Amino acid sequence: MNLWFGEKHILKNISLDFESNEISAIIGPSGCGKSTLIRTLNRMNDLIPETRITGGVLLDGQDIRQEHDVVTLRTKVGMVFQRPNPFPKSIFENVAYGLRVQGISNRREIADRVENTLKAAALWDEVKGNLNQNAFQLSGGQQQRLCIARALAVKPEVILFDEPCSALDPISTARIEELLLKLKISYTIIIVTHNMQQAARVADKTAFLLMGEMIEVGATSQIFKQPKDKRTEDYITGRFG
Amino acid sequence: MKRNRLLIQKLWFSVLGLSGLIIAIILFALVFFVTTRGFRVINWEFLTAAPKDGMTAGGIFPAIVGTFYLTLLAIAAALPVGVITAIYLNEYADRDSRLVQVSRKAVNALAGIPSVVFGLFGLALFVNFLHFGVSILSGGLTLAIMILPVIIRSSEEALSAVPFSFREASLALGASKWYTIRRAVLPTALPGIFTGAILGIGRVAGETAPIMFTAATFFTGRLPSSIRDEVMALPYHIYGLMTEGTHPEQQAPIAYGTALVLLVLVLGIDLIAIIWRYRSRKMKKW
Repeated sequence: MNLWFGEKHILKNISLDFESNEISAIIGPSGCGKSTLIRTLNRMNDLIPETRITGGVLLDGQDIRQEHDVVTLRTKVGMVFQRPNPFPKSIFENVAYGLRVQGISNRREIADRVENTLKAAALWDEVKGNLNQNAFQLSGGQQQRLCIARALAVKPEVILFDEPCSALDPISTARIEELLLKLKISYTIIIVTHNMQQAARVADKTAFLLMGEMIEVGATSQIFKQPKDKRTEDYITGRFG
Repeated sequence: MKRNRLLIQKLWFSVLGLSGLIIAIILFALVFFVTTRGFRVINWEFLTAAPKDGMTAGGIFPAIVGTFYLTLLAIAAALPVGVITAIYLNEYADRDSRLVQVSRKAVNALAGIPSVVFGLFGLALFVNFLHFGVSILSGGLTLAIMILPVIIRSSEEALSAVPFSFREASLALGASKWYTIRRAVLPTALPGIFTGAILGIGRVAGETAPIMFTAATFFTGRLPSSIRDEVMALPYHIYGLMTEGTHPEQQAPIAYGTALVLLVLVLGIDLIAIIWRYRSRKMKKW
């Protein structure tokens, strides 16, 4: 797959497989195109004018640009962003948002699913008494877990994490990582991170991206212990990036 | 040399401070002037009765009611149109397209047109061409056209102040663009939009020229019974008392009293807008 923004060739001949019920990490220095790559997977790049893509992305064997309309695609492929971005609504309404988008209006069903997803996102015990509280009153780490809950609520198959911990402190980061490991039992997880230790801790598979090219992909232990490419080794040992 | 520079800096700071002070003094002087001349005529009858004895006694109640109706109609007509235009310009339209550039320029130009021209336009379009007559309907719509630019601009500002991340989050959950605007963008922008609308109300309530030919009458003893009636209005009442009638000496104090009522209304409305804006800013955490 190739991607251009206007004249700029951002992603060059990327070919990657993501396994279900695994965590795949995409690492690389800033500006290497890793966020752009993950954003092609739920077509968020469609928002940027003059984007051109060749090749394709397959989900369950179907091309996401042809076989899926963008709305169904995004309910199958959820996304959690770099900075926690809850809506300025109550905790409850944040999680319920995706359900209401789908036209679910049965109160019981919504309440049940909100509760279940908050439990799945390991946030329930902290917020169960204050579901009507504004989401902005939560801490940064809680807000990010709320955003994860919001993504989980619509029952996606795949969840994309675009540097989900870059705005969080180490303790909140640890909780999110713990959560990722739990979530991979039921979901396919793709995470972009500039934090190599994070990839090493959580990912089953790691891909290294440099200047829009995919340099190397393999089992995380192999990438970190015996990288095949010199550039991967240089990056991992901290010689640049 | 150094001392010199410091002196110049001090000098400029005092100039800047002084200009700020002058503004405050002007506002204070204006309020003081209107209050001292106007407060004597104000009493319960003044606020609740119609004028009598050839405009030399009685009250201004019909004018208060007229201004209320005109303002209400103007805002009811301008707010939806203005907000929809702002949504189109800010959310849908391609920023570089010819249509958007022309619309933006038109909005700006509209804001700069003298209000008496709006009055003439309203006379030609609503009163004569559409046969609405001199009425609340004609006057309210004329005022609506006049404040449309204010409302479009403040709504656009409010919309563009909504962080992109809210839109992203909503779209990533499979929401359509329209759903995103309705449920994620508009609720967040609403306080800003309302502040703009309230400031628009303040402006509309005090305008004379646009209603002069389209809605206002110097005297009517009865309250309007329909949208097609002509009405008295506060600003036009002041104008009338100072230029028409047969007892100028007795009319002048009433004009100042009317001005005081108008001033209190407009400043009060602005104050509501300011408090509202302050409170929604305090709640804002993004």
